[in-house]
Amino acid sequence: MLEQLAQFYAVYGSVINFIGINALLALSLNVTLAAGMLSLGNAAFAGVGGYAAGILTLHFKLPYVVSLCGGALMAGLVGLVLGLPVLRLRGVFLAMATLAFGEVVRIAAVNLDVTGGAEGLTGIPNVTKTWMIYLALGGAAYFMAVLRRSRPGWALVSMREDETAAACLGIHITYYKVAAFTIGAMMAGLAGGMYAHLNYLITPRDFGFFIAVDLLIYNIVGGTRVWYGPILGAALITALPEILRGVGVTAGPIRMGVNGLILLLVILFLPNGLASIFTRFRPAAAKVETA
Amino acid sequence: MNLLAQQLVNGLFIGSVYGLFAVGYTLVFGVLDILNLAHAAVFTLSGLIALWLVQAAGLSIWLAFPLATLFAGLLGLLLNQVAFVPLRKRADSQFSGLISSIAMAIIFEAVALGLFGARSVRFPQGTVSVHIWHVGGVTITSLQVGIVLVATLLMLVLTFFIQRTRTGKAVRTVAENERAAMLLGVNVNGIIAFTFFISSALGGAAGILYGLYFDSLAPDMGRSIELKGLAVIILGGMGSIPGAILGGLAFGLSEVLTVAISGTSNLRDAVAFTVLFAILLIRPSGLLGRGKTREA
Amino acid sequence: MNDLRVNNISRSFGGLQALLEVSFEVTRGTIHGLIGPNGAGKTTLINILSGVISPTSGEVFYRGQALHRIPAHRVAAMGVARTFQNIRLFPAMTCLENVLAGQHLTAARPLLPRLLQLPSAYREDRELGVQSRKILTRVGLDAKASHLARNLSYGERRRLEIARALSFSPRLLLLDEPVAGMRRAEAAEVADLVRSLAGEGMTILLIEHNMAFVMSLCSRITVLNFGRVITTGRPEEVRGHRDVIEAYLGSGDNDA
Repeated sequence: MLEQLAQFYAVYGSVINFIGINALLALSLNVTLAAGMLSLGNAAFAGVGGYAAGILTLHFKLPYVVSLCGGALMAGLVGLVLGLPVLRLRGVFLAMATLAFGEVVRIAAVNLDVTGGAEGLTGIPNVTKTWMIYLALGGAAYFMAVLRRSRPGWALVSMREDETAAACLGIHITYYKVAAFTIGAMMAGLAGGMYAHLNYLITPRDFGFFIAVDLLIYNIVGGTRVWYGPILGAALITALPEILRGVGVTAGPIRMGVNGLILLLVILFLPNGLASIFTRFRPAAAKVETA
Repeated sequence: MNLLAQQLVNGLFIGSVYGLFAVGYTLVFGVLDILNLAHAAVFTLSGLIALWLVQAAGLSIWLAFPLATLFAGLLGLLLNQVAFVPLRKRADSQFSGLISSIAMAIIFEAVALGLFGARSVRFPQGTVSVHIWHVGGVTITSLQVGIVLVATLLMLVLTFFIQRTRTGKAVRTVAENERAAMLLGVNVNGIIAFTFFISSALGGAAGILYGLYFDSLAPDMGRSIELKGLAVIILGGMGSIPGAILGGLAFGLSEVLTVAISGTSNLRDAVAFTVLFAILLIRPSGLLGRGKTREA
Repeated sequence: MNDLRVNNISRSFGGLQALLEVSFEVTRGTIHGLIGPNGAGKTTLINILSGVISPTSGEVFYRGQALHRIPAHRVAAMGVARTFQNIRLFPAMTCLENVLAGQHLTAARPLLPRLLQLPSAYREDRELGVQSRKILTRVGLDAKASHLARNLSYGERRRLEIARALSFSPRLLLLDEPVAGMRRAEAAEVADLVRSLAGEGMTILLIEHNMAFVMSLCSRITVLNFGRVITTGRPEEVRGHRDVIEAYLGSGDNDA
């Protein structure tokens, strides 16, 4: 049995790692989505965190955990600075501002020497282990799960439903938006840092526009309203190529097509994502009453 | 000095293609308040279809161009029917429309990949006979002139159409206030479908011209222009057709000039996106735009 | 004793003067009506009072504290609650959840203790649930507690808005057309509710077009037309006031 597990891990270890990282990234976006903000900047925050952590390890020879924290903090700082002016924008415009920001970050990474240019930062010690990824993921998931019914969690959900009404109930909209944005950025930065130490390197291509769209897809497919939704979405989409390969589908176009089709079917027929299949049997409300 | 003039000319050419692409984008946003992110995929497919018509079916470019453009329009109808119509009743239709357009974009790109392969291809030699002119130290090719003429012509026709014809007026009414349009007897669903047709046809035309201009077509060619198109319509103002045209030209010029001034092409996009970012912060409605951009 | 003092409030939108030097006072524990034809500026005034928008000029004082340039969430923290003319419920939440969500200012629900799973962190939840149910019962929606807000009837939604506004125990309640579209019986129940709230010491400012409702409930009424105050007075005075009648006849607006 153990031998089979070891074999499984040898073959699929990489996918398992990526599922973990993607799930963490998806959760980081979920924090922002939970506040009603459509941000496409989390891939860039992951990049900031990844590069920062990589630089801290390579050039400053700091221990892994310190580098990770440094990366997350750096990403959070950038998120804070970006968030303040940008959060006034509505819907699509916020998306585009964060997208533009993401592109600027990516181009900066391509052009700066300290980030290694287009080839990226190489030679980063690959100290990230699977258990570390899943520990971080577990922590983030736990945080999201507890957040839901806490005061900030209620505030976020209210804001998302109707911002004006929420404000008139005493909810400080700007504060929560900035907080959600920054926390999401830190989470993404953490994921980025772990990613950088996973495969020896991090390149600008790893966190461009299409990664940002991927994060959005994980959330939509999995569902944004419960903590396990983004994890579900990330796991499914990341594992999809392997699953398809298992049934004999190896062609790139078909895999891409299946991705698109899943997204289309979800948004048309299951707008609250796959997780809503489980929450059909909710009484999350009943859990609160207890009277 | 000549170099500058040359860059200006180049910028104008690429700018007119950007403008044509952006016009389609902004048309849908103006009418439906939805960002159709599948626009770039239609751009790509249309270019590839035109190529196929010329290469495999042996048609002349003069025939392939309108046919592929028509095909692009039909893709737009399909897009509307599959991805947007089912969502119109929803409260969050702006957001879900965005998502379903992403889904369709992925599907379209997958189709392009499957039909044409991943390698980039080009129009066969002799598709367009090219003459080169030297005017005041600036080099212009007949291809560039042709592209500008076609793009300008299409944009002018569209502007005329929107402003002067009855259907155009109906489109403007729906863009202004959908419910009022319905009360006035406008066939809103028909107008929306029509808007998608036109928008995608224009985007498709832009794709063919782009492929001709850069002498290269690939299933992922829509990717670079997708972001640029967004930047252009923000710059020009979402929902404004003249804004899209001007924005496209401005963008093309700024791109070319950035390369010329900095000597490399690396910073080209960075400048564009920084400008875009600044505009969103300072004047999100863009140069000529309409529509709410801040929270209520 | 004056709870609310509105002092020369003006508000313009571009070229449109929505409110011009509006002044009146509301006594604590009373029900004060705000009436006027459509477009008179009533909702704009409520938006100013609740901090959603700011006035172009003028002041508002609530219990002596300036209210007029304070953002909405701080106004709410001062004990001011409101409902919305075009109903702004949280549609994807149940009735109970809408009320629970409204308790932001009064419920601790602390995050850190919950992350540490300290039992004290959850102690409050049960109490909040009980309180919320009581409020729902008060507006007659306890049977619909676990129904989604978007599935309620129009009248039920209005009542849920009131319930949510009551959730954080406000002292001043701004009601924007609370019985619009309601049948007589339902409106009468809301009238009873409003009366009992005032009886408990709550101050209520009420916009309504339903004249019977307003006349029977309010101890004083302010009439607006074209953004200006025509008059403020007791129902009998207002009813017979020449300018008021003209304002309404002129616009063709009428009571229920």
